[in-house]
Amino acid sequence: MKNPFDNLDKVLEHSSRLQIVSVLMANESGDFNSIKELLSLTDGSLATHIKALEREKYITVLKTFVDRKPNTRYKATERGRTAFKKHLEAMEEVIKQQKK
Amino acid sequence: MEQHQAYQKDLESIRKLMERSVKFISLSGLSGILAGIYALIGAAIVYYLVHYPISPFAYRIYSIQNPEVLMQLTGVAAVVLASSLLTGFWLSARKAKRAGVKIWDATSKRLFINLSVPLITGGIFILILLSNDHFGIVAPVCLIFYGLALINASANLYEEVRYLGYSEIVLGLIAASLPGYGLLFWAMGFGLLHIIYGAVMYKRYDS
Repeated sequence: MKNPFDNLDKVLEHSSRLQIVSVLMANESGDFNSIKELLSLTDGSLATHIKALEREKYITVLKTFVDRKPNTRYKATERGRTAFKKHLEAMEEVIKQQKK
Repeated sequence: MEQHQAYQKDLESIRKLMERSVKFISLSGLSGILAGIYALIGAAIVYYLVHYPISPFAYRIYSIQNPEVLMQLTGVAAVVLASSLLTGFWLSARKAKRAGVKIWDATSKRLFINLSVPLITGGIFILILLSNDHFGIVAPVCLIFYGLALINASANLYEEVRYLGYSEIVLGLIAASLPGYGLLFWAMGFGLLHIIYGAVMYKRYDS
């Protein structure tokens, strides 16, 4: 029998990263400070996780200007959305199997 | 190892987080109840100013022409609106503070814009109606635009608000076909419905 643990996403297994992607799944896009406040993360750790997610191409960065001030927004990519859904399904699968 | 329990907790927290990131959860049901009470008080004052001693359920065939009474009506409406908004802000700020969240974030900004567009459109439309002496249609127009504003903003609010919006629109359309009962429908839409939905939301989310 296939082990449901194999379907878990290595990048999303970290709970902060999973939370970042879940916020970007629910919203069209999010900016650095809103995500930081919502998840009560520090600048440094959010930046690290965002870099990891970006490297994996799970999120994209949109750099725009609001009142000439740089405004960086993040968006979940199609690849990120699929990975998120698969990861949640895998988590549910693990729960189901272990409950038996 | 109880791995599945940890996952279950993770899934639960993600669901909550996704909801919290889109919904303005600081809105208190209490604001709805209080806004409804203010509206009923306002409607009672207007009734004594305009209709008394005719029964509030009687069909009214005359319309208000006296500019002094019109000014008083506008004054009552403005006080009801201002006190409802102030109560709403105050209670939301209190609930947000207790929950340790910011009241002014990306979600509430979007909510504000989504509410403002139909409300300001409706407000300007009502001013145009008033300036053209179409008094009979003002109450239904208030209800319909308010309902549209609620539906437009409901993506960022608890789902009861959307049903309140539908109810306001239905009431507004009925009111529009019965122009003499404007005040009665206005009291139902802004008074009764606010109290009912406010109480439901208060019971579900505040206690």
